[in-house]
Amino acid sequence: MTLDQVYENRKAKVIDIKGGIGIRQRLGQMGIHPGDEITMLRYGALRGPILIEVHGSQVALGRGIASRIMVEETE
Amino acid sequence: MRIALAGQPNCGKSTIFNNIAGYKAITSNFPGTTVKYMETRTHVFGFTCDCVDLPGTYSLTAGDPAELEARRHLLSGDVDVILNVVDASLLIRSLELTLQFLELEVPMVLCLNMMDEAQRKGIQIDVKKLSDLLGIPVVPTIAITGKGLQELFVEVLKVYEAKRKGKTLKFSKDIEAIISDLGSVLHSEWPVNEKVPSRFLAIKLLEKDEFFIKEVRGVIHLFKEIEKFQEQLEQIHGVPSDEVISSERHALAMNLFERASTVIHPPKKDFRIVIDHWVMHKFFGYLILAGVFYGFFNFIFGIGGYIEEPLMTLFNEWIGDLEELFGKESLALFLSKGVLQGIAGGIAIVLPYLVPFLIGLSILEDIGYLPRVAFLMDIFMHRIGLHGKSIIPFILGYGCSVPAVMATRILEFPQHRFIVSILTTMIPCAARITIIFALVAFLISPNAALAIFALNILVVAIFGKILSLLFPYPEASLGLILEIPAYQLPPVRNTLKKSWYRIREFIVIAWPILIIGSVLLALLEYGGGEKYINWFLSPLTHALGLPFPVGTTLIFGLLRKELSLIMLTQALGTTQVLTVMTKTQIIVFTVFITFYIPCLATIAALWKEIGKKGALLTILFTLSVAILLALATRVFFGIVR
Ligand SMILES: Nc1nc2c(ncn2[C@@H]2O[C@H](COP(=O)(O)OP(=O)(O)O)[C@@H](O)[C@H]2O)c(=O)[nH]1
Repeated sequence: MTLDQVYENRKAKVIDIKGGIGIRQRLGQMGIHPGDEITMLRYGALRGPILIEVHGSQVALGRGIASRIMVEETE
Repeated sequence: MRIALAGQPNCGKSTIFNNIAGYKAITSNFPGTTVKYMETRTHVFGFTCDCVDLPGTYSLTAGDPAELEARRHLLSGDVDVILNVVDASLLIRSLELTLQFLELEVPMVLCLNMMDEAQRKGIQIDVKKLSDLLGIPVVPTIAITGKGLQELFVEVLKVYEAKRKGKTLKFSKDIEAIISDLGSVLHSEWPVNEKVPSRFLAIKLLEKDEFFIKEVRGVIHLFKEIEKFQEQLEQIHGVPSDEVISSERHALAMNLFERASTVIHPPKKDFRIVIDHWVMHKFFGYLILAGVFYGFFNFIFGIGGYIEEPLMTLFNEWIGDLEELFGKESLALFLSKGVLQGIAGGIAIVLPYLVPFLIGLSILEDIGYLPRVAFLMDIFMHRIGLHGKSIIPFILGYGCSVPAVMATRILEFPQHRFIVSILTTMIPCAARITIIFALVAFLISPNAALAIFALNILVVAIFGKILSLLFPYPEASLGLILEIPAYQLPPVRNTLKKSWYRIREFIVIAWPILIIGSVLLALLEYGGGEKYINWFLSPLTHALGLPFPVGTTLIFGLLRKELSLIMLTQALGTTQVLTVMTKTQIIVFTVFITFYIPCLATIAALWKEIGKKGALLTILFTLSVAILLALATRVFFGIVR
């Protein structure tokens, strides 16, 4: 599944990031790499960005990006 | 001794810098506000030390101009000690950058800031252990209270004297082997710059760093060789070579974190989470957003109007006295009136609105509300064809267009930077807001002023859509990736000093220009010169249905926007604007002022950011938009009346 499909307040583990070097680097900077655990905090209105927590910091991600992050739910 | 403060956005760098520099850097709770870097000279234990506050960067890959700038400075050889500030409560992510700094092989000290936050999150850090693992001094601090900063500089000094570099933390064996092979190839094949360590260079090339790849691309055989190394790495690990390196670094950081820290209790659930539940809510979030800005508006207008009225009456009396003193047509009257009106404009018209505005904006910035606004507004920005992060320059634009134009550097694509730079100059800056307040809200009604702000947002949105269709940017453009930092209580001292710093800029730079401009206009009037300017601009003023003398004020507005307002009262010969201009004229004038050509300082900033053509285009564009809108306003009120 992709990150934007995870329900609010659930945790998921990143398996893969689809996309080029640009997106990998920008996500990496925010502490998002394959293997990292992410908590889905909330969805924005309409198809607005999602808010996640990763390694203790909160990050807002556009849906487009979230849909390129492949994850598996962990709980 | 030259120290460079470096770290990720929001780690508290500016707070530390201010602590030593006396509030020259602007701190705020918004990722990436330090775009240009600040430098200060202080004395630490008898050493003169030049301290640079680098733009906050998440990594050392040349992702955006700010990152490139930080890296260029660190590699320039002008840095004796890197003072790496990290947010201790976000240690894993921060350590990744620390590892990249270590690759630069420059003496370094690690400042573990925000220890109070880390404690709240239940993270206990073994400082000694971390220091041993990294091979550099590690000092825990709480920058807002100043705790630990003394010790920090003691360590910086020691490192400087010993020229002590950190350890090189090694990746997995096979990767290190490739790095060192590539390193030796580089060493013999490429005129390696002494300041750039070859291990660092090898890593960057394996990471496909755009900047360094471009440098070697010219040397074809070397470039081929490098590609071979990249492929080798990819074959072993089954993922692109840049990902191999970044995963390795990530793993190293995780490993360091695990060895040097323990999570002793789960994060305390604090009220900030509850606040965010409402502030970022799908529905209530927008209500709160509207409420905050409406409240903000009333706060400024309430304070400003309350102060403006009695002061204006006072100054009018004095101007009347001057006429009696010098006689009606004397040069002395014109001169003294010019000076007095310049002073009055500053005290009675600009400052009453500017001060509450800047303090309010500082508070919103410092508590960290702005990134939440970006979260809420992202989807709407996309609707008008812009990237969600564009909201940042727009919001800063309400303060001043110059930092707003510079803040467009956080956007990835040049086309995008171009569009947003042009649009952000149309956002009314503090000076223009003052005009809207003093003319429209004060003389007509607060709601009319709100209508002008709403019109402005609508127009910017429409042109955002049009420009993004005209100058499309790559579809591959990434969506929003933005850190939402935890709320911070605005440190009162810090917020006030920051506002003071901005207000002082008005007082020492803009105000003298206002007074000089005012005197100049008085002289022009005395000599009859302003007639020519007015005559030259009469087609415009005539078309807009504005009084003839208004022409000159528009020219002066190009220097500083506030001038238009102050000149207006002077050009019309009275501070009772309503006696000589109709309400429609006032609104048309304000609409025109809000949109037309940015001030000189902004044009200079545009020139630098998007080039000469871009700056010229902006001038033409904003001028046409202003004329069209002012005409439309005139026609609209002509029909309504
Ligand atoms: N709780 C806490 N907040 C801090 C500390 N140091 C800085 N801050 C706050 O963190 C925010 C970001 O700081 P700033 O200096 O602007 O970070 P910069 O982006 O790295 O320059 C500001 O609101 C500071 O008041 C600290 O040690 N503890």
